Amino acid sequence: MIRNFFFAVPALALPLAAQAHTAWLLPSATVLPAKAWVTVDAGISSDAFIANHNPLRLDGLVITAPDGSLAQPENALTGKFRSTFDVNLALPGTYRMTVINSGLNASYEVNGERKRWRGKAENLAKEIPADAAKLEVGETLGRVETFVTDGPKNVEALKPVGKGLELVPVTHPTDLFVGETATFRLLLDGAPAAQQKLSVVRGGMRYRNQQNEIEATTDASGAFSITWPETGPWLLSASASDDKVSAKPATQRRLTYTASFEVLPQ
Amino acid sequence: MRNKTPLILCGLIASPAMAAGLELNIEIPKIDIAEYHRPYVAAWVEREDKSVAAQLALWYQDKAKPGQMVKPGEGGEKWLPDLRQWWRRVGQQTTLPLDGVSGATRVPGRYKVEPVASKLPAGQYKLVVEAAREDGGREVLNIPFVWPPKVNETLSAKGATELGALTLLLKP
Repeated sequence: MIRNFFFAVPALALPLAAQAHTAWLLPSATVLPAKAWVTVDAGISSDAFIANHNPLRLDGLVITAPDGSLAQPENALTGKFRSTFDVNLALPGTYRMTVINSGLNASYEVNGERKRWRGKAENLAKEIPADAAKLEVGETLGRVETFVTDGPKNVEALKPVGKGLELVPVTHPTDLFVGETATFRLLLDGAPAAQQKLSVVRGGMRYRNQQNEIEATTDASGAFSITWPETGPWLLSASASDDKVSAKPATQRRLTYTASFEVLPQ
Repeated sequence: MRNKTPLILCGLIASPAMAAGLELNIEIPKIDIAEYHRPYVAAWVEREDKSVAAQLALWYQDKAKPGQMVKPGEGGEKWLPDLRQWWRRVGQQTTLPLDGVSGATRVPGRYKVEPVASKLPAGQYKLVVEAAREDGGREVLNIPFVWPPKVNETLSAKGATELGALTLLLKP
Protein backbone atom coordinates (compact mmCIF):
# COMPACT_ATOMS: atom_id res chain seq x y z
CA MET A 1 0.00 0.00 0.00
CA ILE A 2 1.32 3.36 -0.97
CA ARG A 3 0.43 5.93 1.59
CA ASN A 4 1.02 9.57 1.22
CA PHE A 5 1.50 10.99 4.65
CA PHE A 6 1.81 14.48 3.29
CA PHE A 7 -1.69 15.69 3.36
CA ALA A 8 -1.78 18.38 0.73
CA VAL A 9 -3.94 21.32 1.69
CA PRO A 10 -5.59 21.76 -1.72
CA ALA A 11 -6.61 18.11 -1.62
CA LEU A 12 -8.07 18.67 1.82
CA ALA A 13 -10.40 21.16 0.25
CA LEU A 14 -11.91 18.44 -1.89
CA PRO A 15 -13.62 16.24 0.64
CA LEU A 16 -14.59 19.40 2.43
CA ALA A 17 -16.34 20.90 -0.56
CA ALA A 18 -19.39 19.77 1.39
CA GLN A 19 -18.38 22.33 3.99
CA ALA A 20 -20.47 24.88 2.18
CA HIS A 21 -23.31 22.79 3.57
CA THR A 22 -23.75 23.05 7.29
CA ALA A 23 -25.38 20.48 9.53
CA TRP A 24 -28.02 21.70 11.94
CA LEU A 25 -30.51 20.62 14.57
CA LEU A 26 -33.72 22.61 14.85
CA PRO A 27 -35.80 21.98 17.97
CA SER A 28 -39.49 22.89 17.95
CA ALA A 29 -38.81 25.04 21.03
CA THR A 30 -35.91 25.63 23.40
CA VAL A 31 -37.91 26.87 26.40
CA LEU A 32 -40.60 24.44 27.48
CA PRO A 33 -42.91 23.85 30.44
CA ALA A 34 -42.44 20.90 32.78
CA LYS A 35 -42.89 17.37 31.37
CA ALA A 36 -43.03 18.54 27.77
CA TRP A 37 -42.00 16.82 24.56
CA VAL A 38 -39.86 18.41 21.92
CA THR A 39 -39.44 17.46 18.29
CA VAL A 40 -36.19 18.12 16.47
CA ASP A 41 -35.36 18.32 12.76
CA ALA A 42 -31.82 17.56 11.61
CA GLY A 43 -30.50 18.51 8.21
CA ILE A 44 -27.51 19.49 6.13
CA SER A 45 -27.93 22.47 3.82
CA SER A 46 -26.37 25.71 2.60
CA ASP A 47 -28.88 27.91 4.38
CA ALA A 48 -29.36 27.28 8.07
CA PHE A 49 -32.48 25.30 8.97
CA ILE A 50 -33.77 25.08 5.39
CA ALA A 51 -34.29 21.41 4.56
CA ASN A 52 -33.40 21.24 0.89
CA HIS A 53 -30.23 19.17 0.54
CA ASN A 54 -29.51 16.15 2.76
CA PRO A 55 -30.79 14.76 6.04
CA LEU A 56 -28.39 14.68 8.96
CA ARG A 57 -28.09 11.01 9.87
CA LEU A 58 -28.84 10.26 13.50
CA ASP A 59 -26.30 7.44 14.04
CA GLY A 60 -24.16 9.73 16.15
CA LEU A 61 -27.02 11.25 18.17
CA VAL A 62 -26.34 11.59 21.89
CA ILE A 63 -28.97 13.19 24.13
CA THR A 64 -27.68 14.22 27.55
CA ALA A 65 -30.43 14.67 30.15
CA PRO A 66 -30.36 17.38 32.86
CA ASP A 67 -28.85 14.97 35.41
CA GLY A 68 -26.06 13.94 33.04
CA SER A 69 -27.67 10.60 32.13
CA LEU A 70 -28.43 9.67 28.52
CA ALA A 71 -31.93 9.98 27.09
CA GLN A 72 -33.24 8.11 24.05
CA PRO A 73 -34.88 9.66 21.00
CA GLU A 74 -38.32 8.47 19.96
CA ASN A 75 -40.02 8.36 16.56
CA ALA A 76 -36.70 8.84 14.79
CA LEU A 77 -36.99 8.99 11.02
CA THR A 78 -34.65 9.95 8.23
CA GLY A 79 -36.38 11.47 5.25
CA LYS A 80 -35.19 12.84 1.95
CA PHE A 81 -34.10 16.23 3.23
CA ARG A 82 -34.15 16.00 6.99
CA SER A 83 -34.15 13.56 9.86
CA THR A 84 -36.50 14.06 12.76
CA PHE A 85 -36.85 12.71 16.29
CA ASP A 86 -38.86 13.40 19.42
CA VAL A 87 -37.58 13.60 22.97
CA ASN A 88 -39.73 13.04 26.03
CA LEU A 89 -38.34 15.64 28.42
CA ALA A 90 -39.08 13.59 31.50
CA LEU A 91 -36.60 15.33 33.79
CA PRO A 92 -36.68 19.04 34.62
CA GLY A 93 -33.68 21.02 33.39
CA THR A 94 -31.56 21.49 30.30
CA TYR A 95 -30.92 18.81 27.69
CA ARG A 96 -28.01 18.80 25.28
CA MET A 97 -28.58 17.06 21.96
CA THR A 98 -25.49 16.31 19.91
CA VAL A 99 -24.88 14.53 16.65
CA ILE A 100 -21.23 13.49 16.67
CA ASN A 101 -19.58 12.89 13.34
CA SER A 102 -16.23 11.24 13.60
CA GLY A 103 -14.22 9.16 11.19
CA LEU A 104 -11.70 9.28 8.41
CA ASN A 105 -11.86 10.78 4.94
CA ALA A 106 -9.59 9.48 2.24
CA SER A 107 -8.93 10.19 -1.38
CA TYR A 108 -6.88 7.95 -3.63
CA GLU A 109 -6.42 6.82 -7.22
CA VAL A 110 -6.95 3.44 -8.79
CA ASN A 111 -5.81 3.14 -12.42
CA GLY A 112 -5.63 6.90 -12.61
CA GLU A 113 -9.22 7.32 -11.45
CA ARG A 114 -9.75 9.49 -8.38
CA LYS A 115 -11.84 7.96 -5.62
CA ARG A 116 -13.07 9.05 -2.22
CA TRP A 117 -13.75 7.11 0.89
CA ARG A 118 -15.28 7.93 4.23
CA GLY A 119 -15.52 5.58 7.20
CA LYS A 120 -14.14 4.29 10.44
CA ALA A 121 -10.40 3.89 10.93
CA GLU A 122 -10.66 0.12 11.41
CA ASN A 123 -12.28 -0.31 7.99
CA LEU A 124 -9.82 1.72 5.96
CA ALA A 125 -7.39 -1.11 5.21
CA LYS A 126 -10.27 -3.43 4.25
CA GLU A 127 -12.11 -1.01 2.03
CA ILE A 128 -9.34 0.81 0.19
CA PRO A 129 -7.44 -1.33 -2.31
CA ALA A 130 -3.90 -2.10 -1.29
CA ASP A 131 -2.61 -0.78 -4.60
CA ALA A 132 -4.32 2.60 -4.27
CA ALA A 133 -2.12 5.48 -5.33
CA LYS A 134 -1.94 9.01 -3.97
CA LEU A 135 -3.74 8.00 -0.79
CA GLU A 136 -4.47 10.97 1.42
CA VAL A 137 -6.24 10.50 4.72
CA GLY A 138 -7.72 13.03 7.09
CA GLU A 139 -9.63 12.66 10.33
CA THR A 140 -12.87 14.53 10.98
CA LEU A 141 -14.48 15.23 14.34
CA GLY A 142 -17.62 17.31 14.36
CA ARG A 143 -20.31 18.14 16.87
CA VAL A 144 -23.75 19.41 15.85
CA GLU A 145 -25.66 20.57 18.90
CA THR A 146 -28.70 22.22 20.32
CA PHE A 147 -30.02 22.87 23.81
CA VAL A 148 -33.53 22.60 25.19
CA THR A 149 -34.81 23.38 28.68
CA ASP A 150 -37.81 21.77 30.34
CA GLY A 151 -38.88 23.83 33.37
CA PRO A 152 -35.97 25.37 35.30
CA LYS A 153 -32.71 25.62 33.38
CA ASN A 154 -29.49 24.03 34.65
CA VAL A 155 -26.03 23.27 33.27
CA GLU A 156 -25.28 19.69 34.34
CA ALA A 157 -25.72 18.35 30.79
CA LEU A 158 -23.49 21.07 29.34
CA LYS A 159 -20.24 19.81 30.83
CA PRO A 160 -17.60 19.50 28.12
CA VAL A 161 -16.51 16.02 27.09
CA GLY A 162 -12.98 17.19 26.27
CA LYS A 163 -12.82 16.04 22.65
CA GLY A 164 -12.86 18.28 19.62
CA LEU A 165 -14.45 21.73 19.42
CA GLU A 166 -17.10 22.33 22.05
CA LEU A 167 -19.11 25.17 23.51
CA VAL A 168 -19.53 25.84 27.21
CA PRO A 169 -21.98 28.42 28.47
CA VAL A 170 -21.34 31.65 30.29
CA THR A 171 -24.80 32.86 29.29
CA HIS A 172 -27.25 29.96 29.43
CA PRO A 173 -27.96 28.82 25.83
CA THR A 174 -31.73 28.71 26.38
CA ASP A 175 -31.92 32.21 27.91
CA LEU A 176 -31.28 34.35 24.85
CA PHE A 177 -33.21 37.53 24.13
CA VAL A 178 -33.01 40.06 21.35
CA GLY A 179 -30.85 43.10 22.10
CA GLU A 180 -28.95 41.30 24.84
CA THR A 181 -25.37 40.11 24.71
CA ALA A 182 -24.65 36.42 25.22
CA THR A 183 -21.22 35.09 26.11
CA PHE A 184 -19.99 31.55 25.51
CA ARG A 185 -16.62 29.82 25.45
CA LEU A 186 -15.21 27.47 22.85
CA LEU A 187 -12.93 24.65 23.90
CA LEU A 188 -10.64 22.49 21.81
CA ASP A 189 -9.95 19.11 23.41
CA GLY A 190 -11.10 20.62 26.70
CA ALA A 191 -8.72 23.59 26.63
CA PRO A 192 -9.68 27.18 25.68
CA ALA A 193 -9.87 27.57 21.90
CA ALA A 194 -8.14 30.94 21.70
CA GLN A 195 -8.33 33.11 18.57
CA GLN A 196 -10.92 30.73 17.13
CA LYS A 197 -13.02 32.27 14.36
CA LEU A 198 -16.73 31.61 14.33
CA SER A 199 -19.91 32.99 12.84
CA VAL A 200 -23.59 33.09 13.65
CA VAL A 201 -26.35 33.37 11.08
CA ARG A 202 -30.09 33.60 11.51
CA GLY A 203 -32.43 31.06 9.92
CA GLY A 204 -35.04 32.01 7.35
CA MET A 205 -32.61 32.98 4.57
CA ARG A 206 -35.36 32.33 2.04
CA TYR A 207 -37.20 35.37 3.32
CA ARG A 208 -34.39 37.89 3.00
CA ASN A 209 -31.65 38.70 0.51
CA GLN A 210 -28.47 38.91 2.56
CA GLN A 211 -26.96 36.41 4.98
CA ASN A 212 -26.09 39.19 7.47
CA GLU A 213 -23.93 36.77 9.41
CA ILE A 214 -22.04 37.99 12.45
CA GLU A 215 -18.40 37.00 12.77
CA ALA A 216 -16.44 36.82 15.99
CA THR A 217 -13.10 35.58 17.29
CA THR A 218 -12.54 34.10 20.72
CA ASP A 219 -10.19 35.69 23.24
CA ALA A 220 -7.39 33.91 25.11
CA SER A 221 -9.91 32.17 27.38
CA GLY A 222 -11.93 30.95 24.38
CA ALA A 223 -14.71 33.44 25.21
CA PHE A 224 -16.75 35.39 22.69
CA SER A 225 -19.90 37.49 22.83
CA ILE A 226 -22.78 37.99 20.44
CA THR A 227 -25.37 40.76 20.72
CA TRP A 228 -28.48 39.35 19.09
CA PRO A 229 -29.90 41.86 16.61
CA GLU A 230 -33.00 39.83 15.79
CA THR A 231 -35.20 37.08 17.18
CA GLY A 232 -35.33 33.65 15.62
CA PRO A 233 -33.30 30.48 15.28
CA TRP A 234 -29.57 31.18 14.96
CA LEU A 235 -26.81 28.81 13.88
CA LEU A 236 -23.27 29.10 15.19
CA SER A 237 -20.47 27.50 13.16
CA ALA A 238 -16.78 27.15 13.84
CA SER A 239 -14.11 24.99 12.28
CA ALA A 240 -10.45 24.35 12.85
CA SER A 241 -7.76 21.95 11.75
CA ASP A 242 -4.63 20.58 13.34
CA ASP A 243 -2.45 17.47 13.25
CA LYS A 244 -3.54 15.92 16.57
CA VAL A 245 -5.02 12.86 14.92
CA SER A 246 -6.33 9.97 16.97
CA ALA A 247 -6.20 7.38 14.18
CA LYS A 248 -3.46 6.61 11.70
CA PRO A 249 -2.87 6.92 8.80
CA ALA A 250 -4.62 10.29 9.10
CA THR A 251 -2.19 13.17 9.21
CA GLN A 252 -4.56 16.11 9.57
CA ARG A 253 -7.59 16.56 11.75
CA ARG A 254 -10.58 18.65 10.73
CA LEU A 255 -12.76 19.90 13.61
CA THR A 256 -16.19 21.40 13.23
CA TYR A 257 -18.76 22.67 15.68
CA THR A 258 -22.27 23.95 15.07
CA ALA A 259 -24.91 24.87 17.61
CA SER A 260 -28.40 26.22 17.18
CA PHE A 261 -29.94 28.72 19.55
CA GLU A 262 -33.30 30.38 19.79
CA VAL A 263 -33.43 34.13 20.41
CA LEU A 264 -36.73 35.33 21.85
CA PRO A 265 -38.38 38.74 21.85
CA GLN A 266 -38.23 40.94 24.94
CA MET B 1 -62.35 40.92 42.51
CA ARG B 2 -63.86 42.87 39.67
CA ASN B 3 -63.46 46.57 40.33
CA LYS B 4 -65.74 48.81 38.41
CA THR B 5 -64.78 51.89 40.43
CA PRO B 6 -63.63 54.60 38.06
CA LEU B 7 -59.87 54.86 38.17
CA ILE B 8 -59.89 58.44 39.37
CA LEU B 9 -61.60 57.31 42.56
CA CYS B 10 -59.14 54.57 43.27
CA GLY B 11 -56.60 57.06 44.51
CA LEU B 12 -59.17 58.89 46.61
CA ILE B 13 -60.62 55.93 48.43
CA ALA B 14 -57.30 54.74 49.78
CA SER B 15 -58.45 54.44 53.34
CA PRO B 16 -56.21 55.49 56.18
CA ALA B 17 -56.75 52.05 57.64
CA MET B 18 -54.92 50.46 54.75
CA ALA B 19 -51.42 49.35 55.61
CA ALA B 20 -48.39 50.37 53.63
CA GLY B 21 -48.32 48.55 50.38
CA LEU B 22 -48.87 48.26 46.67
CA GLU B 23 -52.20 48.07 44.96
CA LEU B 24 -52.38 47.25 41.31
CA ASN B 25 -55.23 47.73 38.87
CA ILE B 26 -55.06 45.84 35.62
CA GLU B 27 -57.34 46.42 32.67
CA ILE B 28 -57.87 43.63 30.17
CA PRO B 29 -59.15 45.29 27.00
CA LYS B 30 -62.12 44.05 25.06
CA ILE B 31 -60.89 42.75 21.72
CA ASP B 32 -63.52 42.35 19.08
CA ILE B 33 -62.61 39.20 17.18
CA ALA B 34 -64.42 35.98 16.34
CA GLU B 35 -62.29 33.61 18.37
CA TYR B 36 -61.32 35.27 21.61
CA HIS B 37 -59.38 33.51 24.34
CA ARG B 38 -58.83 35.18 27.67
CA PRO B 39 -55.19 36.15 28.10
CA TYR B 40 -52.69 34.70 30.50
CA VAL B 41 -51.47 37.53 32.73
CA ALA B 42 -48.56 37.76 35.15
CA ALA B 43 -47.65 40.70 37.38
CA TRP B 44 -44.56 40.99 39.52
CA VAL B 45 -42.12 43.41 41.10
CA GLU B 46 -38.55 43.36 39.79
CA ARG B 47 -35.40 44.62 41.45
CA GLU B 48 -32.89 46.65 39.48
CA ASP B 49 -30.97 43.46 38.59
CA LYS B 50 -34.24 42.03 37.23
CA SER B 51 -34.55 39.45 40.00
CA VAL B 52 -38.10 39.12 41.30
CA ALA B 53 -38.94 40.77 44.62
CA ALA B 54 -42.64 39.82 44.69
CA GLN B 55 -45.18 38.03 42.54
CA LEU B 56 -48.52 39.82 42.50
CA ALA B 57 -50.73 37.95 40.06
CA LEU B 58 -50.73 34.96 37.72
CA TRP B 59 -53.90 34.34 35.79
CA TYR B 60 -53.95 31.17 33.73
CA GLN B 61 -56.05 28.13 33.02
CA ASP B 62 -55.08 25.92 35.92
CA LYS B 63 -57.84 23.38 35.52
CA ALA B 64 -59.26 21.37 32.68
CA LYS B 65 -62.32 22.73 30.94
CA PRO B 66 -65.44 20.73 31.75
CA GLY B 67 -65.34 17.41 29.97
CA GLN B 68 -61.65 17.71 29.13
CA MET B 69 -59.03 15.23 30.25
CA VAL B 70 -55.76 16.80 31.26
CA LYS B 71 -52.63 14.71 30.92
CA PRO B 72 -49.63 15.39 33.12
CA GLY B 73 -47.65 18.28 31.72
CA GLU B 74 -50.59 19.46 29.67
CA GLY B 75 -53.61 21.54 30.57
CA GLY B 76 -53.16 25.26 30.94
CA GLU B 77 -49.70 25.10 32.48
CA LYS B 78 -48.37 23.99 29.12
CA TRP B 79 -48.69 27.54 27.80
CA LEU B 80 -47.11 29.38 30.72
CA PRO B 81 -43.76 29.82 28.92
CA ASP B 82 -45.67 32.11 26.52
CA LEU B 83 -45.46 34.63 29.35
CA ARG B 84 -41.85 34.78 28.28
CA GLN B 85 -40.42 37.36 30.63
CA TRP B 86 -42.30 35.96 33.62
CA TRP B 87 -41.17 32.45 32.73
CA ARG B 88 -37.60 33.64 32.36
CA ARG B 89 -37.44 35.71 35.52
CA VAL B 90 -39.33 33.50 37.93
CA GLY B 91 -41.90 31.19 36.31
CA GLN B 92 -39.59 28.31 35.46
CA GLN B 93 -38.59 28.02 39.13
CA THR B 94 -42.11 28.50 40.48
CA THR B 95 -44.16 25.64 41.90
CA LEU B 96 -47.80 26.16 41.04
CA PRO B 97 -50.35 27.08 42.16
CA LEU B 98 -49.01 30.09 44.04
CA ASP B 99 -51.10 30.90 47.09
CA GLY B 100 -52.77 34.28 46.79
CA VAL B 101 -51.22 34.87 43.38
CA SER B 102 -52.54 32.18 41.00
CA GLY B 103 -56.02 32.63 39.68
CA ALA B 104 -58.22 31.85 36.73
CA THR B 105 -58.05 33.85 33.51
CA ARG B 106 -60.32 36.92 33.42
CA VAL B 107 -62.75 38.28 30.88
CA PRO B 108 -62.13 41.86 29.68
CA GLY B 109 -62.58 44.38 32.47
CA ARG B 110 -60.74 46.16 35.26
CA TYR B 111 -59.36 44.19 38.15
CA LYS B 112 -57.85 45.15 41.43
CA VAL B 113 -55.04 42.90 42.50
CA GLU B 114 -55.41 42.46 46.24
CA PRO B 115 -53.20 44.96 48.02
CA VAL B 116 -49.81 43.54 48.84
CA ALA B 117 -48.50 44.67 52.20
CA SER B 118 -45.00 45.48 51.18
CA LYS B 119 -41.97 44.25 53.02
CA LEU B 120 -39.74 45.48 50.23
CA PRO B 121 -36.41 46.95 51.36
CA ALA B 122 -36.02 50.58 50.31
CA GLY B 123 -34.88 50.84 46.72
CA GLN B 124 -35.64 51.23 43.05
CA TYR B 125 -38.11 48.72 41.59
CA LYS B 126 -40.14 48.04 38.51
CA LEU B 127 -43.66 46.70 38.30
CA VAL B 128 -43.96 44.37 35.31
CA VAL B 129 -47.25 43.18 33.84
CA GLU B 130 -47.17 40.69 30.96
CA ALA B 131 -50.11 39.34 28.97
CA ALA B 132 -50.18 36.63 26.30
CA ARG B 133 -53.28 35.47 24.47
CA GLU B 134 -53.88 32.27 22.50
CA ASP B 135 -54.26 33.11 18.79
CA GLY B 136 -53.37 36.65 19.80
CA GLY B 137 -50.40 38.74 20.81
CA ARG B 138 -48.23 39.45 23.77
CA GLU B 139 -47.52 42.68 25.61
CA VAL B 140 -45.29 43.67 28.52
CA LEU B 141 -45.71 46.93 30.47
CA ASN B 142 -43.36 48.38 33.08
CA ILE B 143 -43.89 50.95 35.79
CA PRO B 144 -40.67 51.95 37.58
CA PHE B 145 -41.09 53.13 41.17
CA VAL B 146 -39.14 53.95 44.30
CA TRP B 147 -40.03 52.21 47.54
CA PRO B 148 -41.07 53.45 50.03
CA PRO B 149 -42.95 56.46 48.68
CA LYS B 150 -43.07 59.62 50.77
CA VAL B 151 -46.76 60.18 50.11
CA ASN B 152 -49.51 58.20 48.41
CA GLU B 153 -48.57 57.91 44.77
CA THR B 154 -50.51 56.75 41.75
CA LEU B 155 -48.44 55.67 38.76
CA SER B 156 -49.84 54.44 35.49
CA ALA B 157 -49.08 52.90 32.14
CA LYS B 158 -51.21 52.17 29.12
CA GLY B 159 -51.05 49.14 26.91
CA ALA B 160 -51.58 49.20 23.17
CA THR B 161 -52.69 45.67 22.34
CA GLU B 162 -53.16 43.01 25.01
CA LEU B 163 -53.30 45.25 28.07
CA GLY B 164 -55.36 48.35 28.84
CA ALA B 165 -54.67 50.85 31.61
CA LEU B 166 -52.47 49.88 34.54
CA THR B 167 -52.39 51.85 37.73
CA LEU B 168 -50.10 51.26 40.64
CA LEU B 169 -50.97 52.81 43.98
CA LEU B 170 -48.11 53.17 46.43
CA LYS B 171 -48.92 53.76 50.08
CA PRO B 172 -46.18 54.73 52.48
